[in-house]
Amino acid sequence: MSVSLGAGMLAEASEESGRDHSQPRRNRRGRFFALRLVTAIVITLIMLLPVYWMLVTAFSPMGDLYSKGVHLWPQHFTFDNFTLPIKQFPVWRWFLNSTIIAVAVTVITVVVNLLAGYAFAKLRFRGRNALFLFLLSTMMIPVQAVMVPQFRLSIDLGLYGSIWAVILPESATVFGIFLARQFFIAIPDELLEAARCDGCSQFRTFRSVVLPLCKPLVAVLILLTAMSEWNSFAWPLVALFSNERQFTLPIGMVTDLQGEYSSNYGAIMAMSILMILPMVVLFLAFQRYFVEGLARSGIK
Amino acid sequence: MTASSPEVVSGRRPPPAEKARPTPPKNASILRRAQASTAAVFLLPNMVLVGLFLLFPLALAFVISFQKLDSLGGSQYLGINNYADLLRDSVFWQTLWNTGVFTLFTVPVGMALGLGIAVLLNSVLPGRTLYRSIIFLPLVISGVATGVLGAWMFDQYNGFFNKLLSAVGISGPQWQSSGHWAMASLILVTLWQRVGFDMLIYLAGLQGVDPQLTEAATVDGATGWQRFRQITFPLLGPSTFFLLIMNVIYSFQVFDTVWAMTRGGPDYSTTTVVTYAYRTAFDEHGPQELGYGAAVGVVIYLITLVITIVQWRYSRNRDQSG
Repeated sequence: MSVSLGAGMLAEASEESGRDHSQPRRNRRGRFFALRLVTAIVITLIMLLPVYWMLVTAFSPMGDLYSKGVHLWPQHFTFDNFTLPIKQFPVWRWFLNSTIIAVAVTVITVVVNLLAGYAFAKLRFRGRNALFLFLLSTMMIPVQAVMVPQFRLSIDLGLYGSIWAVILPESATVFGIFLARQFFIAIPDELLEAARCDGCSQFRTFRSVVLPLCKPLVAVLILLTAMSEWNSFAWPLVALFSNERQFTLPIGMVTDLQGEYSSNYGAIMAMSILMILPMVVLFLAFQRYFVEGLARSGIK
Repeated sequence: MTASSPEVVSGRRPPPAEKARPTPPKNASILRRAQASTAAVFLLPNMVLVGLFLLFPLALAFVISFQKLDSLGGSQYLGINNYADLLRDSVFWQTLWNTGVFTLFTVPVGMALGLGIAVLLNSVLPGRTLYRSIIFLPLVISGVATGVLGAWMFDQYNGFFNKLLSAVGISGPQWQSSGHWAMASLILVTLWQRVGFDMLIYLAGLQGVDPQLTEAATVDGATGWQRFRQITFPLLGPSTFFLLIMNVIYSFQVFDTVWAMTRGGPDYSTTTVVTYAYRTAFDEHGPQELGYGAAVGVVIYLITLVITIVQWRYSRNRDQSG
């Protein structure tokens, strides 16, 4: 159903790009305009429906959810779905762990990748391109390929079950280098040379001249890293599995909540809201940077 | 021109500005050595992290895949036995098949939908930025949240869809007990989650399409569909290629949504190959069959490598012809 909808939309939407202002054409555009608008609104509502249903479920008592019939809004409003799991499980602790891990990984990754990106963009050294391509190729290594050895390694290093077992391996990424390099290349060399002539060391040039120029880049890196770390699942699941106090929210959800509330989805949806809320808020506040970051890392 | 550009980037040849300056070669080499040592300092933190937590484990994965290894560290050299077992493991082949089916349904359909939405929302419409934001929203929601939400929406007894269907007198599909329907629900949820990304990249691509071209075609009497088919879509080629690669890799590596939504079940019917790697290594036997799990991981890595090489090949060919 949705496929044919897409195809119809395509044929119809491209119609509008003609810019003929004669009267009969304008009427035709008017008709298609209404059709386009309705299509856009319907698609948007379909996309919104699951999130809306999450809200309705979270604020409905169990009895309503598991009785016959669909109600498009809560019949009896309740907060029990929030309070019950928070009483039974260390949910706030998980929230805190998620926050600590996301912040730590973001700080490490952004600093380390900015430095490396600057070296690849503005410093000359032998084998620069080869090294860059090599690092780029590590971007595609799937977590499942290194999961087992990382598990062994985290045990050997005495990190297993602690949040450091998550923070350190998850900071070993090169994604940001690639974005940072692109950005730094656009900074004129003359500016850096002027700073150097004024007696700045390379590091001071980087800190006092380059960094202030690239606030948008830093914002993009921070937001994308924080988001992917907040949502990270596969490796934390392996690394934290043994220690409930160290869980992040997604791990707590899958390991504890899903089992406990398999017949009370109100609680699961309520905890999902808790889990997605910080990212939704960040997204709404900094939408421009999210979109820019994803599009840029896309187009390259 | 294309031949010279890589050398300029590589920095092996000094840029013209520096060449023109009458710097004694001795100074230049000192300067370069200073730059190289600064570069080493700038690169070191990243190299240490990537080396210790990514490259070393990757090398170790190959070693472990030739062993029988349990969580207590008891290991035994098996040679290629893990791989031989893998070839005979019917579940492994089933998970590869599942991954293929999942990819085949999520990638082209998602891209077609994303393209349609992008074209629609690229035209002038009141509130189009709001529609774009909402369609984009699922991308910031975690795979786990998406998975549990999907499991609830498609719950075969009390989920939204089956309740809606039963309200009009239809008994809905067995989303949990039937393998095929479970896969279908997983695909639908993934489409919901990913279509915003396809839309975003196509929207960016559409910005680069010169409206004069389509206008010229209109003057020549091309219909809307012809203009799209002959002009807009070919010009979106780079976006399409990029999305194809990114989406294939995504669909190939997806784990969180699957695990939260179905746990790979019923039986193995929604277990993709990466899910199988987790199940064998950590879930079904506790962390006992680590060697076998590592072997599955190595195969996953090799397949990813092939996809990446194909991508590099094609994008290089394209750059050269273009």
